[in-house]
Amino acid sequence: MKMKWALLTILFTIATVLTGCDNPLMVLDPKGPVAATQANVIMISIWTMAFVVLVVVVLYVLMILKYRASKQSDDYEPPHIEGSKVLEIIWVAIPILIVAFLSVVTVKTTNEVEATPKGYEKQEPLVIYASSSNWKWHFSYPEEDIETVNYLFLPTDRPIEFKLYSFGPIASFWIPQLGGQKYAMSDMVTTLHLAADVPGEYMGRNSNFSGSGFAQQTFNVNVLPTKEYDKWVDEIKATAKPITEDKFNELLEPGHVGQSTFTGTHLKFSPAPEGENSGHHHGTSDTEKTDSEESSKDSHEGHSEHSNH
Amino acid sequence: MDYFDRFAVPHPSPAIYASMIAIGLTMIAVVAGITYFKKWGYLWREWLTTVDHKRIGIMYILSALLMLFRGGADALMMRAQTAVPDNGLLDGQHYNEIFTTHGVVMILFMAMPFIIGLMNIVTPLQVGARDVAFPRLNAVSFWLFFMGAMLFNISFVVGGSPDAGWTSYFPLAGNEFAESVGSNYYAIAIQIAGIGTLLTGINFIVTILKMRAPGMSLMKMPMFTWSILITNFIIVFAFPVLTVALALMTMDRLFGTQFFAMANGGSDMLWANLFWVWGHPEVYIVILPAFGIYSEIISTFARRNLYGYNSMVISMVAISTLSFVVWAHHFYTMGHGAMVNGIFSITTMAIAVPTGVKIFNWLFTLWKGKIVFTVPMLYSLAFIPIFTLGGVTGVMLAMASADYQYHNTMFLVAHFHYVLIPGTVFAVLAGFTYWWPKMFGFMLSEKIGKWSFWFITISFNVTFFPMFITGLDGQARRMYTYSESTGYGPLNMLSFVGAIGLAIGFALILYNIYWSTRYASRNISNDPWDARSLEWATHTPIPEYNFAVVPTVDSTEAFWDSKKKGFKLFSGKIEKIHMPNNSGVPFILSCIFFVWGFAMVFSMWIIAIIATIGIFACMTLRSFEKDHGRYISVEEIEETENKLRGAK
Ligand code: HEM
Ligand SMILES: [Cu+2]
Repeated sequence: MKMKWALLTILFTIATVLTGCDNPLMVLDPKGPVAATQANVIMISIWTMAFVVLVVVVLYVLMILKYRASKQSDDYEPPHIEGSKVLEIIWVAIPILIVAFLSVVTVKTTNEVEATPKGYEKQEPLVIYASSSNWKWHFSYPEEDIETVNYLFLPTDRPIEFKLYSFGPIASFWIPQLGGQKYAMSDMVTTLHLAADVPGEYMGRNSNFSGSGFAQQTFNVNVLPTKEYDKWVDEIKATAKPITEDKFNELLEPGHVGQSTFTGTHLKFSPAPEGENSGHHHGTSDTEKTDSEESSKDSHEGHSEHSNH
Repeated sequence: MDYFDRFAVPHPSPAIYASMIAIGLTMIAVVAGITYFKKWGYLWREWLTTVDHKRIGIMYILSALLMLFRGGADALMMRAQTAVPDNGLLDGQHYNEIFTTHGVVMILFMAMPFIIGLMNIVTPLQVGARDVAFPRLNAVSFWLFFMGAMLFNISFVVGGSPDAGWTSYFPLAGNEFAESVGSNYYAIAIQIAGIGTLLTGINFIVTILKMRAPGMSLMKMPMFTWSILITNFIIVFAFPVLTVALALMTMDRLFGTQFFAMANGGSDMLWANLFWVWGHPEVYIVILPAFGIYSEIISTFARRNLYGYNSMVISMVAISTLSFVVWAHHFYTMGHGAMVNGIFSITTMAIAVPTGVKIFNWLFTLWKGKIVFTVPMLYSLAFIPIFTLGGVTGVMLAMASADYQYHNTMFLVAHFHYVLIPGTVFAVLAGFTYWWPKMFGFMLSEKIGKWSFWFITISFNVTFFPMFITGLDGQARRMYTYSESTGYGPLNMLSFVGAIGLAIGFALILYNIYWSTRYASRNISNDPWDARSLEWATHTPIPEYNFAVVPTVDSTEAFWDSKKKGFKLFSGKIEKIHMPNNSGVPFILSCIFFVWGFAMVFSMWIIAIIATIGIFACMTLRSFEKDHGRYISVEEIEETENKLRGAK
């Protein structure tokens, strides 16, 4: 009995801690529209579920307080009860309503987080290729023509489209305060939409287990106001060395490396597995692959064009 | 010497050497003990060759308990390693091996066999049968499981454990990133055990469908039997997927195919899909029997019939069907778009509806009851609110947009422990305590039982609740360490404290077995809990033929009716009973499977081929063997019956 009250107390303490603001949990402390949507969904679901738990716990406490043997006379014989249509309809219908409500929330918000964030649609998204290798992150900025390792600089107030893939095991690209994660895989490029509202430094990591160096596969995220971001880009262009194929291959060796910066991107000599470079370019023999790789330099639609060779 | 290098553990440590010595010494002690007490003959005649469902059940449960302590040791090491930031107790590689074996051992070699053990002991009795439909096949099932489990466990000291997680995602588990033989063990050992499980599935479906006592229509079966029937249907549909996935994995690892490789059109996503098409039904394979156990226990100790029998059955059928259409919720983050994720979110949340129906039916079984707080009942009552927390967090995870934030974090780890421990583990502990007197003829101490119950329940929450919070604070799962600046330290320490409490609780269960074996009264009735279903209608200890006369049934609680309303369960007179003969073939066949598995793991082809021939030889032998079983004569039955009755 005490345990039930303890549980209830825990539940409410947790709810208060979750919503309280002195030391908020990372996921519930969003710094961008996607994370904000998700934090919202989480709080909606917590309150809905708290209601469900409350109903169950109240019924439960009533039943075991009232119908314990020690409260009843020795000759009490519990009756035979088949069930009740009315009650059964109630506890099927109400959960269906709850699930329907949560389904609507889910479908709506899933569509939201899988598209350019609201309010940002007018701007051209900044495309960044984020690729994982054991146990590092490589960030290529094709627009700026620069590449960083293990750290990211992002401008505020501009939608960002991450193109994710991996040079090895499946990794999961995650910046909790900007938004939920997505897998980076070797045979396909996935897209993650994020945006940042608030300048600051955030934690980013691979959250999908990928071998012995996994725990330290983290990166720093620096969100800057647009002007400062542009200044950073100019600085890199002025000071960094170009990335070469040899240097990049060296970086791909399994292990941990610090942060580094280059001009140019590795995408030029080692394109991402999308379009005609995708791992699932079915029906293409090896020779065809080489010539499609060549033509990829001028055309980027690849797949539909080449698949009916 | 090179040839033997492969048997060495790739990352040895003092702990592993110590375990090698401990395992070696234990084995010598066991062999010496059996020889000294001249028990080899007894062991062979009564256990290794038995086809009796009750003994097979007991062997399943003993193995499961053994594995519970193996998996528990892994868990303690993990919690110790993460108790403080930047801990150096284990290195990354060891931690990875430990959480991998923890997951595999707990799900496949602890939860499954524990449940299959209880199912073996109880189901034939509950339906009033003399054994399962295919007793010898049942022995094959057990020994295949046992050899699979042993093969998996020796990976720790011979060649190295798998280290790619119990989910064994590719390409991480491919040759390129998992060079040691560890993942071969995973593919082969689970395959061998899995074949055993598939055979169990077929066996019990036939048993329940064809061997029920006269009058027991499907809708008059006890709820536990219903749960077992449905579970075995899930097994039969889900396990072939695992078989195929593991076969492809074996070919990738041993024969150079590229099904799940990074190049040549191989697909890592294919593995993830195949794994979870089996994996999600698998979690229901271990939870539905738990629901069955709770239904029996709650109704027994509320002293009332189960509320809403029909809707209990319908909801289980609904759950089992839905469990096949939700697998993609394990990888919403793989990039299959809002549409697919939306559909899988809805099917997943839909499971909560029939699950809720069950919760309310249990609550209303208590209504107007007369609740007695025995140890099995305590576990069942603790299950209701704690499992509800697990279920509602499942619904939270089911919402795809939010799952992008929970996935791969400690929040997920907290969810599945909140369903698996109060669900499956509490259920097998409750069932074990509840049916113990039927198995062994005495009761476990209630006093010690209550101590372990409280230790386990409280410590469970202390261990796993903090993970919901650290998960929301961004702590990813499977990290062997974290830095102090993350602030995860204190809550992880709390988890470690809880884990120690859990260990004490489980140790108390062992002590209870020891204490009760020595001191508990042997003078108990056939029906010590005043229960309601047929397994309590026969003698304790149960004669090998279960029922001298097959019972006749006309309600869901025929035994209860026979006690309260004078319903006549046993009419008809004793006739000679046909029983199957014992056989050493299942044991020998499985030993050959073990050799085959070991040879495959280490690519020792000649031995593997010889073992394959041996396996087929055993099967051929069986096909040509004439074994019509044997009869127990009327006199013999009467003698046994009189003796058992006299004992009371
Ligand atoms: C109301 C019912 C349930 C719902 C809605 C639900 C939902 C989910 C979801 C969406 C996930 C995937 C989360 C992720 O990976 O991000 C998950 C994981 C899991 N669930 Fe549940 N669940 C339910 C009940 C159960 C039950 C009864 C069990 C087992 C007894 C269970 C065991 C697991 C396990 C073992 C995992 C994760 C395995 C892994 O990734 O290692 N769940 N659940
Ligand atoms: Cu699932």
